[in-house]
Amino acid sequence: MKKDIIISGVGGQGILSISAIIGIAALESGLNLKQSEVHGMSQRGGDVQANLRISSDEVYSDLISHKRADLILSVEPMEALRYLPFLSPDGWIVTNITPYKNIPNYPDDEALFAELKKHPNLVLVDADKIAKECGTARAGNIVMLGAAAPFLDISNEMLEFGIRKIFGRKGEDIVNINLKALKAGREVSEKVIAGK
Amino acid sequence: MKELLLLGAEAIAQGAIDGGMSGVYAYPGTPSTEITEYVQDSELAQSKKIHSQWSANEKTAMEAALGMSYSGKRAMVCMKHVGLNVAADAFMNSAITGINGGLLITVADDPSMHSSQNEQDSRYYGKFAQIPILEPSNQQEAYDMAYFGFRLSEELEVPVMLRITTRLSHSRSGIVRKEEVPTNELSLPKDLKQFILLPSLAKKRYKKLVEARPKFEESSAKSQYNQFFDAPDKKLGIIACGISYNYLMENYPGGCEYPVMKICQYPMPRNRISEFEELVDELLVLEEGYPMIEELLAGYFRKGKKVHGRLDGTLPRMGELNPDLVGKALGFDVPEIEDVPEIVVGRPPSLCVGCGHRDAYSALNVAIEQYGDGHVFADIGCYTLGALPPYEAINSCVDMGASITMAKGAADAGLHPAVAVIGDSTFTHSGMTGLLDAVSENTNITIIISDNLTTAMTGGQHSAAENRLENICEGIGVDPKHIRVIVPHHKNHDLMVEMMKEEFEYPGVSVIIPRRECIQTLARKKRNKVASKRV
Ligand SMILES: Cc1ncc(C[n+]2csc(CCOP(=O)(O)OP(=O)(O)O)c2C)c(N)n1
Ligand code: SF4
Repeated sequence: MKKDIIISGVGGQGILSISAIIGIAALESGLNLKQSEVHGMSQRGGDVQANLRISSDEVYSDLISHKRADLILSVEPMEALRYLPFLSPDGWIVTNITPYKNIPNYPDDEALFAELKKHPNLVLVDADKIAKECGTARAGNIVMLGAAAPFLDISNEMLEFGIRKIFGRKGEDIVNINLKALKAGREVSEKVIAGK
Repeated sequence: MKELLLLGAEAIAQGAIDGGMSGVYAYPGTPSTEITEYVQDSELAQSKKIHSQWSANEKTAMEAALGMSYSGKRAMVCMKHVGLNVAADAFMNSAITGINGGLLITVADDPSMHSSQNEQDSRYYGKFAQIPILEPSNQQEAYDMAYFGFRLSEELEVPVMLRITTRLSHSRSGIVRKEEVPTNELSLPKDLKQFILLPSLAKKRYKKLVEARPKFEESSAKSQYNQFFDAPDKKLGIIACGISYNYLMENYPGGCEYPVMKICQYPMPRNRISEFEELVDELLVLEEGYPMIEELLAGYFRKGKKVHGRLDGTLPRMGELNPDLVGKALGFDVPEIEDVPEIVVGRPPSLCVGCGHRDAYSALNVAIEQYGDGHVFADIGCYTLGALPPYEAINSCVDMGASITMAKGAADAGLHPAVAVIGDSTFTHSGMTGLLDAVSENTNITIIISDNLTTAMTGGQHSAAENRLENICEGIGVDPKHIRVIVPHHKNHDLMVEMMKEEFEYPGVSVIIPRRECIQTLARKKRNKVASKRV
């Protein structure tokens, strides 16, 4: 088993928590991993990404090679496209649909989604709406994690373990909302996969 | 023991805690900050009373660590690469004093300048000071090197440099811990003159350092981190330093077809490198940073065997390596990098909405308008983003503290107004001495200390300036009438503009302090309060 995943978004959107949960789940599953993150300057509202590499064999490089990523998981639609050169020809894009417009020249929504839809293996997720339905808009990133779950080759129990580990200290209510968000996200992708 | 999922930086912290460290000293700086933060948050470190408070700058940190070593205890000092420039005086001389308790100098380089002004390679400093350098290739080695590094320092009787780069520092992997080593007892150096570098004594100490060189090389030759892997095809031999070993192996999951020498401890073991060179037809050097080893092996006239690397164009001269670049250097058919779709536009970092620096710049841009462009010397911190649109308010950012001194030099040259913009933490890091220079000559400059009550750029660490700024400025000799504090808020915009205009026209040193807490640290405090209420 070998999965190369790029997680992308805008500084401040909290992509590191997604990456951390997958990391904990992978480690708990006995897999090897390297998880490279962006800290520093670009966290001030710039584009940020994490490279997550999981494998049953030894993982050497902290960085993913061009055209090798199995999945781009993005919490922002334009940011999903930024890492397209890294995606393998049969890789998947799973992205949130809510744009984060902190720049004056943000592209037109219609053109942006037309560009995304050029890619055959695409899951669009209205993470903000689904998260609200689960109990809090804050759980958007976990909805996205859920949507990525079918592509990860990591068991649901392990991902749930990761969520408990990260959110455990915030109380059982928060944990339950996030578990619900995980499930709801997963359902979005499963529907897309079933329709293929 | 169960594996821990740690950043390279955190692995170093955990390794140092487990390896018997009594104190870490540091000033924040990407990508080194997380080392000290990890120690600060570690319950184990707290129970062992390991010192972990931030220092005012890298020089004070380096010296305090040396003092702890003098007292027989194991100490680590951490900094980003440019921090070593600030600490360089203490650093260079610590190689000559030697140590008592083990001393690790951890320096995090930033090739490709993800968050820095340059990509200087700290291995040159290690070589300059003539001390051993450890350069981990992965997170487990980072842990191990911090753990064993103190012992190595004590065995070789010199400080040891631990050099990492951004990628390793900010990448997580599973770490297996080792058994905890107890901290050292307080004990003075056997020779109480060891640390007195009077010329007559310094000469003896320096001789000892120079003569220890063969011992350092022997240590590298025996080092578990320097490994030779033989292979049948001797057309090429690859020397892979530190993290570049991973990029090599990424291209050879089943094992490399050429002999490989992995180098993670310096000085390079001459005997082993010579044997390696004889074995192969040509050499390829993979190193993250400057072509230091390549240059050494190729020689000035390039008369020996061919040496490939960053200097002969096999690899790019600048920037960090990655598996694709190394694959190409090895002659693999690496797919051409496709363009990012045209619709994707750049998203540069920017000041947060609601940040006080924004209000300070809005006022400054208006106040200075009548004098024209080119009067503002800035410094390093979040407020450096004032260089970008919409403000484009500053004209320099060179090194920490340089705003005040550059403004002074410009004022001496006749520029008026000469304005410095500096953050609170940068001011206490290295702005205070420059202010003294200006006060000594009553130079006509206006200093804006944009005070957000934290060290924001690196994630909101405690600022040594807290509750002290006015006192410091007054103590240094600024006329209290020209130390003016204001809340940077749009409702105070006109007031702030007026205040700046007045101070530009005051022929002497004035300090304006726009003070409002960073909204990120403010939000974090609120979140923590809510969280602690819940518990
Ligand atoms: C010698 C050196 N040490 C550390 C750094 C990293 N660094 C850059 S800005 C900064 C913090 C600046 O804090 P402050 O001046 O208070 O400004 P703020 O970011 O809070 O606006 C640090 C630690 C550096 N660039 N150079
Ligand atoms: S982190 Fe704080 S200081 Fe930096 S831009 Fe944001 S609000 Fe301003």
